[in-house]
Amino acid sequence: MPLTWLAPSHRLLALRRWQLRVAGLALVLGAVVITLFATTGGLIALALVLAAEIAAEVILLRRFRAWGYAERAEDLLVRRGVLVRRLSVVPYGRMQFVDVVAGPLERSWGLATVRLHTAAAASDARVPGLPAAEAERLRDRLAMLGESRAAGL
Amino acid sequence: MSELAPEPADQPSAPGSEWARLHPLSPLLKGWRVLGVLAAFTAQDQLRRGGLPGRQLLVFAAVVLLGSAIASYVSWRRRRWRVEGGDLRLDYGVFTRKSRRVPLARLQAIDVVRPLLARALGLAELRLEVVGHGSTEATLAYLTEPHAQQVRGYLLDLAHRPAAEVILSPHPSPHPSPPIPSWGPHDEAVLVAVPAGRFVASLILSASGAFTAIFGGAIALAFLVTPAAAGGVAAALLPIGATLYRKFTIEFGFTVALSPQGLRLRHGLLDTRQQTVPRGRVQAVRIVEPWLWRRLGWVRVEVDVAGYRGNGAAAAEERAASGVLLPVALRSESAAVIQAVLPGLDLAALRPVRPPRRARWRAPLSWHNLGAAFDAGWSVTSYGRIRRVTDVVPQDKLQSVRLVQGPVQRRLRLATVHLDTAGRRVHAAARHWDADQAEQLTDALATLARTARSHHG
Repeated sequence: MPLTWLAPSHRLLALRRWQLRVAGLALVLGAVVITLFATTGGLIALALVLAAEIAAEVILLRRFRAWGYAERAEDLLVRRGVLVRRLSVVPYGRMQFVDVVAGPLERSWGLATVRLHTAAAASDARVPGLPAAEAERLRDRLAMLGESRAAGL
Repeated sequence: MSELAPEPADQPSAPGSEWARLHPLSPLLKGWRVLGVLAAFTAQDQLRRGGLPGRQLLVFAAVVLLGSAIASYVSWRRRRWRVEGGDLRLDYGVFTRKSRRVPLARLQAIDVVRPLLARALGLAELRLEVVGHGSTEATLAYLTEPHAQQVRGYLLDLAHRPAAEVILSPHPSPHPSPPIPSWGPHDEAVLVAVPAGRFVASLILSASGAFTAIFGGAIALAFLVTPAAAGGVAAALLPIGATLYRKFTIEFGFTVALSPQGLRLRHGLLDTRQQTVPRGRVQAVRIVEPWLWRRLGWVRVEVDVAGYRGNGAAAAEERAASGVLLPVALRSESAAVIQAVLPGLDLAALRPVRPPRRARWRAPLSWHNLGAAFDAGWSVTSYGRIRRVTDVVPQDKLQSVRLVQGPVQRRLRLATVHLDTAGRRVHAAARHWDADQAEQLTDALATLARTARSHHG
């Protein structure tokens, strides 16, 4: 069976990049201020900040690309992680409830996170950065599938 | 309103179909702390004055005593309960009347708890555990001991009947409701009674027990040499000692018996507790073999049961007391008990699959005991070098499957498959399998669990 992996929206990547750059900019400004008083120290700080910024962006991109979810006939697959790779298989029949969560920043970018809950606390399956419409579609579909396949404890 | 209608007693022998109050001594048992504080206060005052207690204090004490006596009497009068339409209804509250309904169809378990003082008076407390609620849903404190047993049997019996029947039961139904089987401790068959000697030995031979014994000896020695230094070390030992003591008082005198409603556990030194592990509610089982016990062939068996959830210290205490199926037992004894909660499980027939040799780099110590076996009914996994742990998960209780691969595992082409179940004690996982096999296993487990569920549902 061909498996179609869906990914979070690229807007999530854009949002996280933007957050990273705002933080980076603040640090760069700090380094520039230091340069005014101590030139060598300031330049070293500036180089460090820039290096950290680049590294963070690379990690961000790789982590973003690692996210994925696939709706199979009987269960939902969610994969994530670069250093520690995780793949969760959550049967529809085991889902107790589905949450759609959106923080203020996410909401202003039109994004939402879908979170699945089973009776096991360890299940922890979530799909971040979905466009609001897709998040709602996924939630409704999961809720529907969960209902038709529901099993007691 | 069934409350207004004259209730036709369709089950005249059933305890709880009529409004009932708790035992009149209940307020005294609940409020004994107030009395204690009052007494301590008076005594302390007397000591300070060195004579009789002052008149003002005596008056104060009398007022407090009288006030609390009246208050507790009124609240006792106002608290009543009965079974109504498949629910346990509990009315209480002095100024604002409250009425709570506990749906018996969702009842997970009923514990009979007897704190020390209640035991002396022959009273017991009933605690009802309902699925999906944060903490113990309702308590009936206190009833006389035989009455508590009766009510427990009756409620459990109602809970195990089909829902529709339970809901209809207060109204005169065209079908005569099935006769209520005799409840009480007559129909039990004791499976295992843990001898006190073995229990004490098992505590001493446990890791913390051995630690306490060795360091206790060292402290005694140090005390002979330099008494001052010994005090500090002794203080460091206190928490471990407290844990041991708690374990001792909770798990003392453990008896496991088979009853129609499930496995019945009795234990406790000062506060005794009687629990029922209902059939089919066991989510997973864990068998623990500490290093020092293995030579003696002793095992500890723990379970995860639906219900008993919630947070906070009280809930933690509850969980500590509720998850143990056998504190210590011979392997043959434990097999009978495990058979009772997981019927059909044959641990010997399952051939465990070992992880590849290269997994030694990742788990040099525990590699020896790593193993996982799967069939249509069960998943059995084990780990641990010093303390060997075997987890058993019935396929139809599997909640979700997770495949996790850390950086070292990726280098070695290994991966771990976690089996998520409801509960906190058991954590089954096929640790450090070959990465490709682990991926296949993840899929296979999802299918196995689904087939098992559809067979049961």
